[in-house]
Amino acid sequence: MFKKILIPIDLTHAEKLEKAVATGAYLAKMSSIPVVFAAVTSSVPGPVAHTPDEFRAKLDAYAKAQAEKLGIEASGHAMFAHDPAVDLENALLKAIHETGADLVVMQTHIPHLSDHFWPSNGGRIATHSDVSVFLVR
Amino acid sequence: MSDNDSNQGIPDPEGAAGVIDTSYEIGQDNIEANVGPFNLDIHNPVFLISGLTVVAFVFLTLAFQTEVGPLFDALRKWLTSGLDWFFIISANVFVLVCLTLIVTPLGKVRIGGQDAEPDYSYFGWFAMLFAAGMGIGLMFFGVLEPVYHMAFSAPLGVPSPFDADGNLIPENVAAAKAMGMAATIYHWGLHPWAIYAVVALALALFSFNKGLPLTMRSVFYPIFGERTWGWPGHIIDILAVFATLFGLATSLGFGAQQANAGLEFVFGIPVSITAQVILIIAITGIAMISVVRGLDGGVKVLSEINMMIAALLLLFVIIAGPTGTLISSFFSNLGAYAREVVPLSMPFGRDDDGFRQGWTSFYWAWWISWSPFVGMFIARVSRGRTVREFLVCVLIIPTIVSVLWMTAFGGTAVEQVLTDSDSQVHEYVIASYNPELSLFGMLADLPMASITSFIAIILVIVFFVTSSDSGSLVIDTITAGGKVDAPLSQRVFWCTFEGLVAIALLIGGGLGALQAMAVSTGFPFTIVLLLACYAIFKGLWDEPR
Repeated sequence: MFKKILIPIDLTHAEKLEKAVATGAYLAKMSSIPVVFAAVTSSVPGPVAHTPDEFRAKLDAYAKAQAEKLGIEASGHAMFAHDPAVDLENALLKAIHETGADLVVMQTHIPHLSDHFWPSNGGRIATHSDVSVFLVR
Repeated sequence: MSDNDSNQGIPDPEGAAGVIDTSYEIGQDNIEANVGPFNLDIHNPVFLISGLTVVAFVFLTLAFQTEVGPLFDALRKWLTSGLDWFFIISANVFVLVCLTLIVTPLGKVRIGGQDAEPDYSYFGWFAMLFAAGMGIGLMFFGVLEPVYHMAFSAPLGVPSPFDADGNLIPENVAAAKAMGMAATIYHWGLHPWAIYAVVALALALFSFNKGLPLTMRSVFYPIFGERTWGWPGHIIDILAVFATLFGLATSLGFGAQQANAGLEFVFGIPVSITAQVILIIAITGIAMISVVRGLDGGVKVLSEINMMIAALLLLFVIIAGPTGTLISSFFSNLGAYAREVVPLSMPFGRDDDGFRQGWTSFYWAWWISWSPFVGMFIARVSRGRTVREFLVCVLIIPTIVSVLWMTAFGGTAVEQVLTDSDSQVHEYVIASYNPELSLFGMLADLPMASITSFIAIILVIVFFVTSSDSGSLVIDTITAGGKVDAPLSQRVFWCTFEGLVAIALLIGGGLGALQAMAVSTGFPFTIVLLLACYAIFKGLWDEPR
C-alpha cells in the first residue's frame, strides 16, 4: 500500500517518541517497506551534536540501532534549518519529498485549547502535506 | 540502512574544523518544564537571575529616581571621561586586529569548517547585520553629527565656521566641514564595526568551528577552560543579557519619544506618554510577529524591507539635495576620513576633551555595550564565510555605506546650514538644540517633505523592530544556554518583557539612568573584548587553513 515511511525524530528526546517509532516499525514490517528517520536541527552546536557532520553520524547510528532492534530497514535523513524552532514543519515537508516517503508516522500531543491558535507540529504537517499522515497520540 | 538515502538532501560535508573536546553538553544545565500550554527550556541559573536582576533594577530605579539617576549618570561620565584613553586605545586595537586578520593567512579559515556553505546570500546577510547593528543611529545622527561637529565640537581643535553671534567665518568653512564629516565617519566607520566584528568572529569561531554553545561565555574557553561552564561563564552571560535588554529597552523608550516628536512635527500629533506607549506597543507587537515567524520568515524579511526603504530615502536625498556637491564630496569625505582617522584615534596629547570624552569615548562604550547582542546576531548568520570575507563585509562595506549615508544626509544638512541661516536644520541644531528633529528639519527643506518625513518615521519604527526582534532572539539563545531551538514562547516572553521595561521606564522615569547603566557595561565588556582578541588568534591558529 505504501512504499516508504518517514518518522520525524527528535534525538534529544527520542525516548518520548517510542510509541510513534513502534507504530511506524510495525507498519513497515507488515508491508516490508523501509523507514527513514528524519531529524531537523540547526548548524549551531546543540545538545545532540557540535557539528552537522556529528549530527548526521548520530542520526545514522540511531537509525541503525532501531533497524537492528525492530528488525526493519532504516536510514537517517538530517535536515538543517536556520531557525529550527520555527522552520521545523517546512523542513519536514521538504524531507518528505526528498526521501520519497508516502506515509508519515508522527508522535503528537493530545489537543488542548492552545492548539486552536497554535496547532501542533503534527497537525500542521497533516494540513500541508500531500502524503498520508498517521498521528500517534 | 541505505547509503543513498542517508545522503539525500543533506548539505555538503562541512570538512575539517578544530572542534574542542569538552565534556560539557549543551543544555545540560537547562530546566525543561511545562507551564500550562507553554513549554520551557531555560538555562539554570542564567534565565532566572537575568530576569530577576532586570526587574530589580527597574523597581530600584523607579523607587529611587532622584538618587539612582545621578549615580548611574556619574558612573557613566566617570568611565567615559576618566577612562577615555582606555576606550580609545581598545577600539584602535580592535581595528588593528581585524585589519591584521584580513591580510594574514589566518583570514583563509572558514567559519563552520573548510567546506561550509554560506547560510545567506550577500544581500540578506548584509541587510540583517546592518539593520541590527546601527540602522537606527544613522537616522538620528546622520544629520546631527556632521553639523554639530562642524559648528561646536572642534575635533582636534579645528575652529568653528561660526563666531559667538552665529555669523559665518568664511575662511573656517572648508576645514570645519571636512573635519565635521571626518569626525562623524570616525564614529560610524571602521572602529564601531571592528568592535562588532571582534565579538561576532570570536563567537562564530568558537561556536561553528569549535562546537561550543552560541553564548558569550564560549569565547572564554581558552582562558577559563572547563570553568567556563560554571559561575565565571554564568556572570558573563548574565551581564550580556543585562546590557542587551537595557540597551534595547531604553533605546526603545527614547526611540518612542523621538518618533513621537517626528509625528508631531509632520502630522501635529501631540507629544504625550499615551502616544509613546502606543508606539512601544506597536513596535513590540511587530517585533513579536517577526520573532515568531523566525530568522528567515521574520527577521531577514524585515531587514531586507528596511534596507530597501533606507536605500530609497538615500537615493531621494542624493537626487533632491545638492547632487553634484554630494557626489564629489563622497570622495573628499572618504579622503578626509583617511587623513584624520589616525589623529582622531590618538588617546593623548589633545585639547578637544568635549569631543574626545563626550562623543568618541561615549560612542565606544555604547558600541561595546551593544556588542554582545549585535555580535551574537552577526555570528549566527555568518556561517560559511571565510574570516577574510567576513571581516571585509562586516568592516569595510558598512564603513563605505556609512560614508555614503553621512555624505548624503549630513552633507545636505551642512549645505542648508551654511547657505541659509533660516533653514530648519540651523534652527534645530545651531540656534536651539532639538536633535530628534534634525533629520525632519533637513527633509523639510527638500521637496515632498511630508512624504519623505512620513517614510523617515516608518523607517525609524522598522529599524527599532529589526533591533528588537534580533535582540529578543539573542537574549533567548543566551538564557537557553546556547540552544537555538528553545520553545517560541520564550522569545515572545523576552520581546514582551523588553517592551514592558521600556513602558515602565517611560511612565515612571529613569530611561536616562538605565541607559547610562547599560552604557557603563561597556567598560567590563571592553576587557572581555580584549581577551576575545587573544582567543580569536589562539582559536584561528588551531584551525585548518
